[in-house]
Amino acid sequence: MKVSTKWLKDYIDLDINPEELAEKIERTAVEVDSVSRLDKKLKKIVVGFTVEVRKHPESDHLNICKVDVGEDDLLQIVCGAPNIAANKKVIVALPNSRIAGNVKIKRSKMRGEVSEGMICSLQEIGFSDSVVPKAYADGIYFLPDNAKPGEPVYSYLGMDEDIIDLDVTPNRADMLSMRGTAHELAAIYDKKVNLKKPELKEDSTDNVSNYIQVTADKELAPTYLLRVIKDVHVKESPMWLQKRLWNAGIRPMNNVVDVTNYILLDYGQPLHSFDYQKIAGKRIEVRLAKPGETLQTLDEEERELLSSDIVIADNNGPIALAGTMGGLNSGISANSQIIALEAAVFNSSAIRKTARKHNLHSEAAMRFERGINRETVAEALDMAAQLIAELGNGEVVSGFAVGAQANVQSVVVTITAKKINDVLGTGLQDAEIKDIFERLGFGVEEKAGAFKVSVPARRWDISIPADLIEEVARIYGYDNLPATLPSGELTPGKYTYKQQVIRDTRSILEESGLMQAISYGLTSDKKAQRFMMEDAQPTKLDFPMSSDRTTIRMNLISGLLDDVAYNNARKVSDVMLYEQGRVFYRDANSDRPREVEHVAAAMTGLYSAQSWHDEKKQIDFYVAKGIVEHLLTKLGVTGISYEASQRHEEMHPGRTADIFVGNLFIGFIGEVHPNISKEYGIGRTYVFELDLQKIIDFNNELIVYQPVSKYPVITRDVALAVSKDIENADIINFIKAQSGKILSKVQLFDVYEGAKIGIEQKSLAYELTYSDSSKTLADDVVNADFEKVMSKLKEKFNVEIR
Amino acid sequence: MDLKDRLTELKAKALSEIDTVEDLKKINEIRVNLLGKKGPITEVLRGMKDLSKEERPVVGSLANKVRDELTEAITQRREKLEIIKTARKLEKEKIDVTLPGVPVKAGQPHIIMQVIDQLEKLFLGMGYQVVDGPEVEEDHYNFEMMNLPKDHPARDMQDTFYITEQILMRTQTSPVQARTMEKHDFTKGPLKMISPGKVYRRDTDDATHSHQFHQVEGLVIDKHITMADLKGTLQIIARTVFGDEREIRLRPSYFPFTEPSVEVDVSCFKCEGKGCAVCKHTGWIEVLGAGMVHPNVLTMAGVDSEIYGGFAFGLGPDRFAMLKYGVDDIREFYLNDVRFLSQFAQKG
Ligand SMILES: [Zn+2]
Repeated sequence: MKVSTKWLKDYIDLDINPEELAEKIERTAVEVDSVSRLDKKLKKIVVGFTVEVRKHPESDHLNICKVDVGEDDLLQIVCGAPNIAANKKVIVALPNSRIAGNVKIKRSKMRGEVSEGMICSLQEIGFSDSVVPKAYADGIYFLPDNAKPGEPVYSYLGMDEDIIDLDVTPNRADMLSMRGTAHELAAIYDKKVNLKKPELKEDSTDNVSNYIQVTADKELAPTYLLRVIKDVHVKESPMWLQKRLWNAGIRPMNNVVDVTNYILLDYGQPLHSFDYQKIAGKRIEVRLAKPGETLQTLDEEERELLSSDIVIADNNGPIALAGTMGGLNSGISANSQIIALEAAVFNSSAIRKTARKHNLHSEAAMRFERGINRETVAEALDMAAQLIAELGNGEVVSGFAVGAQANVQSVVVTITAKKINDVLGTGLQDAEIKDIFERLGFGVEEKAGAFKVSVPARRWDISIPADLIEEVARIYGYDNLPATLPSGELTPGKYTYKQQVIRDTRSILEESGLMQAISYGLTSDKKAQRFMMEDAQPTKLDFPMSSDRTTIRMNLISGLLDDVAYNNARKVSDVMLYEQGRVFYRDANSDRPREVEHVAAAMTGLYSAQSWHDEKKQIDFYVAKGIVEHLLTKLGVTGISYEASQRHEEMHPGRTADIFVGNLFIGFIGEVHPNISKEYGIGRTYVFELDLQKIIDFNNELIVYQPVSKYPVITRDVALAVSKDIENADIINFIKAQSGKILSKVQLFDVYEGAKIGIEQKSLAYELTYSDSSKTLADDVVNADFEKVMSKLKEKFNVEIR
Repeated sequence: MDLKDRLTELKAKALSEIDTVEDLKKINEIRVNLLGKKGPITEVLRGMKDLSKEERPVVGSLANKVRDELTEAITQRREKLEIIKTARKLEKEKIDVTLPGVPVKAGQPHIIMQVIDQLEKLFLGMGYQVVDGPEVEEDHYNFEMMNLPKDHPARDMQDTFYITEQILMRTQTSPVQARTMEKHDFTKGPLKMISPGKVYRRDTDDATHSHQFHQVEGLVIDKHITMADLKGTLQIIARTVFGDEREIRLRPSYFPFTEPSVEVDVSCFKCEGKGCAVCKHTGWIEVLGAGMVHPNVLTMAGVDSEIYGGFAFGLGPDRFAMLKYGVDDIREFYLNDVRFLSQFAQKG
């Protein structure tokens, strides 16, 4: 809502600079988008009078004008506007002036003719296209005849008015009007408002019932009133009215439509004017649209009406979409003579629906949706009728046609000073509180700290005590509230076990060298369903914005690969990212997915770069696996096994392992399939994804203390030549199973494949550690155990002990 | 020459030899030669059998004295040579200490997570619990329980990704509050919680809009909670995140789930309130929204609004991070450019 401070001063005596006023509004009522003045950066723009206009000899569209700018000599200005004419008052940018966009105008020559300045359109001096009257849209503007040559143009055009643009929150519909804003400022500054009432002159010889019959469904339009103004001459509005409209961002049209818009701004009451002679059957009905009905609205759009749309209909069908937009056919034209003027209150949720379905978010619709002042419907209608009669030399026919008229009563809310102070943490006195309510223009009766407050209809947002508390708080001033902390019972602040595991997981991965990524949860249908760890249905948006974001992810790896691709595309080839977040698995018979905490990582390029000190180290399967092992160990997970897996089609079939804890599948690790890497345009990438919820469900103690043995350990090393298809895990599990209790650890320390051993073979070297926590181990005990296991290994795997 | 003279001469000669030797091996040889079984002192002692009874103890004691003195001289010389040897060895081992160290491989939390972590730490310390909730929500919890019935005009303030008519991507983390309020047993004490997490809006991504971002919302419900308590709490948030010198101010606003509702500005940390581009020359930056919980919200959650009341606030870690670190494009947070992420290595 653009509020002119000049207009405000008609209603309230305020002598405050606009910046200060805006600040006060912002601190007490609603946000302010801007404080502006159209003439702010302009210089030397004056009224000119075109004494003579003749064709430029060298051009077919330029004219040479002699212009009186109030000086002894006339200025010669070359003008290209199509509507330039002699004997007109025009806007002249003098030599060395500044017009809109900080453009400087200099004396110049145009095709050999001197041009001392420029004759301007409204747009050229800063008006928005959307407010320039249609007649001047493509040319220069003609000022009123009484404009004095040489005087600055600003006041003639209302450019010297300060405009405060309010960003009105949905609850403060009252501030979508000048009168409501005046009430608010009166409360803020403890002043009185001085609002003019209409002084309606009616033609008592003629009654509205001679013209029209109106019926309205009370559910759709609790109030529906119509007045008729006859003998109207439709023409351009006077300057004072045009200025008010364009300063509020509305384009002046003609004296009838302009009055309805003016009243919309003044009272916040949307009005609609019909050309009476176009109403078929002299009958108007407010009803819901019927199946198949259509309407061509004022924007020349042919609309299929919905059964939820409220329409104004005559005998032939709909002539307006109630509260949103009129019909083209019944609209005001230059030839209209009798005006039927509507003022109503429409059902706000119906209007909201219509505005949304037809994408018609008009100023009128916005006010109906948010709630209008029911107390002033008739008053606004009278004011408008009188003004149309005045400006169009017409006459108001006596009486209203009434379709419905709701009884308006003030809402009464009771509250105590104690309640207010308890909620705000203040110690306000009864008198202070009463004063605030009175400043707001509320009726108030007080008895021993209890207030009975009657709230006028313009403040429909107030209906319960909490609403009154807000009024007291903001008028009293939030700056005046003390700052304390909640007292009362102490509560423990502590993460749950699940939250702790999630946070531990993050820090373990970070200390392992991975950076945390946060990717998008919404992705494409295809990416959402890759790298799946269990069978589930995707969850899709009903109405997505783009095909890249249609479905909620069911894996984290896809998002991480997007991140890797983004980095690789920017020549960042070494990437180690992890993400902790949810995947969304939906069961076929459910609308809502289960949300499961996962953790995943994607790694590509170098783990560490070549340096003067070390060789470079490439990320490979085992680097990734080391990180998983570290993570699971730190989280206290035991009994983990890795099994070669070919069941993930997005993964390299020879370089992928499923991860189990006992028999429970908890995730997988491996190299991304080359086809997928190619699709993303990324290098060899290693990934893992784990179901963190399963790990949380183990409910492990995070740190398990193991006493350190006092006795020395004994170790034996052995290198085994085995067939290539035997896995390390087979050997280790076998050794563990066959050894006595004294074996405490088996560790692989070397793998060799090569010519020395034959292409079908590989050599695995292990260190076996023996210990006993109760006594010193004897060599021969260890040897016996070791030899026994070795001979069993030979039998089982046909190994050669080297 | 008698034995005494020989000893004296021997001593003088040996001492000079010991003093000039430069080699640890040599000094060992000298020791063996001088003091060994075939050495001159042993020889003198052997020759004592020819001496008179009176002379024997005199020469004997002299011989022992010379041997002790020489032993001491050799020990001292050896120690000195060992010190020199070590020094030479260490000198040879000198390295260039200005060569770079071996880099430690370390990742770090995402910058948004750092902001959330900081807030969580703050609120856990003040006795709040951290509560998580679903990202795919019911309209009922996301809107209706927040006092936003189906055709409320304020629903326009948030464009929503719907999945079905009743199921949506949560647009705020306040549904977590509704769910928690419903379950909380107020006879066991007040409810103090924050709910951090991802939220979604049907927005076109650009420098200042993202269809995915984060929120941390807070809620305190008890018997005597005041708006002054809210103001004090907000002050602590502002000072924790933006620095101890910060002031806050409250401005009226509108959220359906609070009444009164306020926007909270923090004094500009860039210009200390003098006015700059960050604060659009106002000295203040809008950082969060808050208010006193609307009685309808309490009632809908089954809490008696005559007895209980409280405050709620909501803030955006994305916006905090943008302000704090001067990030001018919110999309940076979700592209995960390593060069971007690595700039926010955590300080303490
Ligand atoms: Zn600043």
